[in-house]
Amino acid sequence: MRCCSSLITKKRLYFILGFVLLGTVLLAVVPAFAQDMTDAEYRPFPLIGSRNAAWIAAQLHLLFGSFILGVPMFAVIIEFIGWKTKDERYDRMAQEFIKLCMGAFSTTALLGGVLVFVLVWCYPKVLSKLSGIFGPTMIFYVVLFFGETFTLYLYSYGWDKMKGRFKWVHLVLGVLLNVWGTAIMFVSNTWLTYQTSPAIQYGKASVETQEKWLESQLAQNSELTRAEVLEGVTDTTVISLHNETSGEFLGTVWEAVNNFTWMPVNIHRLIGNIAFGGSIVAAYAAFRYLVAKTKEEKAHYDWMGYNGNFIALCGLIPLPFAGYWLGREIYMFNNTMGINMMGSLFSWLFIIQAVMIGVLFIGANYYLWSGMGRIQGAEIYARYRPYMIAIIVIGVAIWMTPRTLSKISTASELSAMGGSNHPHLGLFGLMTSKNTVVNIVILTTFLSFLFYRRSGKTPTVSWKGIGNIVITAIFFLGVVSIVVIGIVGFIVPTDTRVNVLTPWQVLVALGVMVVVTVVDIFLYRKATTSGTINWGQMTERSQYVLILLAITFTSLMGLMGYARSGLREGWHIFGVQKDTSVDAFTPALGDAVNMVSIIMVIFFALVGFIFWLGLWGDKKKQPATPIEAEATVESDD
Amino acid sequence: MKRVSLFTICFVIFIISWVFLEFVMGGVISKPIPSSVISMYMALILIAILVHVSVEDTRFREFLRPIHETLVDENRHVRRIVLAVLIPLLMLGYTYSNLAQKANPPGDPRDAHPSPPLELTYKDEVIGSMQTVENPHRHYEKDDPEKFKSHVENGRRVYYQNCFYCHGDHLDGQGHFADALNPLPANFQDPGIIPNFQESFFFWRISKGGPGLPASGTPWNSAMPIWEDHLTKEEIWDVILFLSDYTGYPYRTFGEGH
Repeated sequence: MRCCSSLITKKRLYFILGFVLLGTVLLAVVPAFAQDMTDAEYRPFPLIGSRNAAWIAAQLHLLFGSFILGVPMFAVIIEFIGWKTKDERYDRMAQEFIKLCMGAFSTTALLGGVLVFVLVWCYPKVLSKLSGIFGPTMIFYVVLFFGETFTLYLYSYGWDKMKGRFKWVHLVLGVLLNVWGTAIMFVSNTWLTYQTSPAIQYGKASVETQEKWLESQLAQNSELTRAEVLEGVTDTTVISLHNETSGEFLGTVWEAVNNFTWMPVNIHRLIGNIAFGGSIVAAYAAFRYLVAKTKEEKAHYDWMGYNGNFIALCGLIPLPFAGYWLGREIYMFNNTMGINMMGSLFSWLFIIQAVMIGVLFIGANYYLWSGMGRIQGAEIYARYRPYMIAIIVIGVAIWMTPRTLSKISTASELSAMGGSNHPHLGLFGLMTSKNTVVNIVILTTFLSFLFYRRSGKTPTVSWKGIGNIVITAIFFLGVVSIVVIGIVGFIVPTDTRVNVLTPWQVLVALGVMVVVTVVDIFLYRKATTSGTINWGQMTERSQYVLILLAITFTSLMGLMGYARSGLREGWHIFGVQKDTSVDAFTPALGDAVNMVSIIMVIFFALVGFIFWLGLWGDKKKQPATPIEAEATVESDD
Repeated sequence: MKRVSLFTICFVIFIISWVFLEFVMGGVISKPIPSSVISMYMALILIAILVHVSVEDTRFREFLRPIHETLVDENRHVRRIVLAVLIPLLMLGYTYSNLAQKANPPGDPRDAHPSPPLELTYKDEVIGSMQTVENPHRHYEKDDPEKFKSHVENGRRVYYQNCFYCHGDHLDGQGHFADALNPLPANFQDPGIIPNFQESFFFWRISKGGPGLPASGTPWNSAMPIWEDHLTKEEIWDVILFLSDYTGYPYRTFGEGH
């Protein structure tokens, strides 16, 4: 084996892998080249069809992209913590994270290439239209990509060399890496979000664009005057950035970039990348924990899994808020699209989403509670656990209760119920109920983390009694406020609920978390450690939960990607460029679930292979980070 | 007295939860809950129980102990035989009840809400985009309350002359013909109906009726007539004012974008 590993280096294996994948794609596409090469709008992709080919390539590219953009964000923070606390463990863990990233980086680029190749071949007119609008951003993207690549190599290979007095340079490189990565994502998000919402509000368009739009309207309606066209047009009126007859682009590049869904998707993906990256790292650690042979290894991967899950939780908690903003912007752009999403074609997808997010919250809490089992002195919090489980499960139950039950009821059940909405449970189907329980589930998860953080410690400050009363009061008032706002949400106009009440609910939840964290930090600042954290003493069940969380995150990203993309229905660019291909139909939810599952299996197979390759060369070189397997008198914070 | 095992406690909690959902919540407190929803809730309750018992190893072992004893202990021979007969019988009964032919057709596979078109029309006349069209009489609510009131009254007249047969005296979907219709007529007293849609959406639904519903999300089976063949534009806008005025629910509106 040593002979093999010396002959076939890691880099060479990546090259081989890349060529094999590229070769496979080429072989699959070659027969299609033999067909008509004239100015076709579409060319078929052999065997699986163009849409499926683009779907697989885009989703895999996104999953890998999400991983390599998410991991450096927390890696640099962990490295900074290690530098400041002079704790070598953090530095090594951050380095290990980046090593995982390095393996996935080339695959991400390769899959990006495959995606472009599929689009150029199968959808030339679509790509032509998009590149006509976004040409300058595509050049910018290439520049950013070079920046990201070289910075990642410098950051990774310079890790050991820059230790000591050049550590700050290394940290700057880490920050720069994240700047490049985030910019790359923001740029590529412009193209896909524009496909969904190619419009702008009249008041936000430039004078030139307003004028061009007006002229296009006059050309279409020759009997109207300028004043008649402008009648009823306000600053918030949504205007298309294309001539509705000729399809000509009327706006500027920036107006196309800054479309309705661009920033919400940016923020949603930014936070999602952290959660996804954390969950993949945690799943990797869980796998290594399960196969670990020594106590030291178990302790190390237990610790790594804990940190991965903590990072995933940090991303998961604000994720629903960002998703809500995205949903709101979709309604703002086009009410029909919004109704399609939440009340019509895609509404059942959101029930599946609720189930999966329920799995994430229950799983993350389960892991935290399991983790308290390895901390001496955590037993005192066990008595609260049944109530917390009940709150989370009731919250998830409300979240996943559909508004309309006609599809999942028999005719006699509908008749007995008096319609397709249950008179009481039907209220759970409304957004005000769902927003309320989401916030309460989030606060309960935060409470789990608070208990975990406090486990094994005793505060020594004189005001500890008052401090605990204050924290309890903040939680109580926060929950009462969220529930009251939720009830008011049933009776106010929807506009008020969406734009005033829901943001207030979010602010209350975030406010509770921030204030309680600050008070708790001061409360436990000079706390005595009465217990120890026995790293490496987790149940195997808890490790399978970490793997389940990564699988759930991956499936969720795939399914919600289907919703975001499918919302365009029969359009490549909504309202501008019609899809006239043989695939111009929206796949049924069952078909989408099958496709997402296939992509998920391919993703985990590739990730597993890449991680295995990465470990192959390192096996002999690096022992596990020496964390004491038992009786580690270290607090986690 | 012998202590009740954790497994038994969990089993009893599970059964009590089912009884509560099926008979108390779905009978005494409210109307029956569809079996699919009860199954969903029961699955969550099962997960909650399993989470609670399996977080700690000691508790999990205690939970599994009766199962283990039943499977391997010599003195549990009778219990094993009873279970070996009972479990297949229960599964048989469950399978039979699911597969047996019943005069109980499945529910309606249609979507909850139809997708409106991008453009709002009355007969062949284009009124504007679905997103931006507003009720032309709505502004009287502030500008001329008396005139607004007269439009609402006109809407009331139109409603009770044409709509109440199906949608009911109280706009609750319980009209004279309601029981003969499937799906049931819309219940405007439901807080999830009026506040979720713009007035333009209602104009579209009223003017085009069942035949004007989109091709996607079918079958609709709506008995709603094409009201633009019988009512004027003004009458439709007025009846829309009346629906909101009577129920007290405001229609969906949109604020500023990002």
